Amino acid sequence: MSGSLGRVAAALLRWGRGAGGGGLRGPGVRAAGSGGGGSGSAEQLDALVKKDKVVVFLKGTPEQPQCGFSNAVVQILRLHGVRDYAAYNVLDDPQLRQGIKDYSNWPTIPQVYLDGEFVGGCDILLQMHQNGDLVEELKKLGIRSALLDEKKDQDSK
Amino acid sequence: MELSAEYLWEKLQRDLEAEHVEVEDTTPHRCASSFRVLVVSAKFEGKPLLQRHRLVNTCLAEELLHIHAFEQKTLTPEQWTRKQQK
Repeated sequence: MSGSLGRVAAALLRWGRGAGGGGLRGPGVRAAGSGGGGSGSAEQLDALVKKDKVVVFLKGTPEQPQCGFSNAVVQILRLHGVRDYAAYNVLDDPQLRQGIKDYSNWPTIPQVYLDGEFVGGCDILLQMHQNGDLVEELKKLGIRSALLDEKKDQDSK
Repeated sequence: MELSAEYLWEKLQRDLEAEHVEVEDTTPHRCASSFRVLVVSAKFEGKPLLQRHRLVNTCLAEELLHIHAFEQKTLTPEQWTRKQQK
């Protein structure tokens, strides 16, 4: 018993911000940056989506989404307690904005990548959230969804 | 190039051999041309969400170049029947 509690505590510490609302730091907002091929090149985007387990391309930032659909993605990730993810603001960079659409062959923003693979936009993430698939996909990445802990709390009451 | 709900409706019906299609013009709610669609088609059977959405995207590839915001729900005939029974 103490072993598993130890693991849970370690996981919380790893995410660095505690279970509840604490932590203004939030997800890592990255700048796609310049470099060989420009910020919209397929090679650079390929590296970006593989650099972190959870990568999203948004209009705006997680702290200040500029679009309802991008906000929905941010809120869903927050519900699951996913705090450590890379978020790229396409409004900052027209090359990135077009480049990511070409890369995924997907016409809209937001775009969600899990483990380097394109998962879909807001609609798909929402459906995955509603049907439980998102919890499973996060588990495969070694991310324990906060919703599982919520449920556990409810069960034990 | 026509970008009306009716036009999209017909194209989706035809290309995806859809059993049921709903197209809502959500432009008034947003700042630019936006649509929300529901497509029920046997073509979605056995396909994961992403593939289904790509089928719709391919069908409306031309139109999507001029649409600012797009929402879609894709169901198989069985899913649709179940949903209506609820």
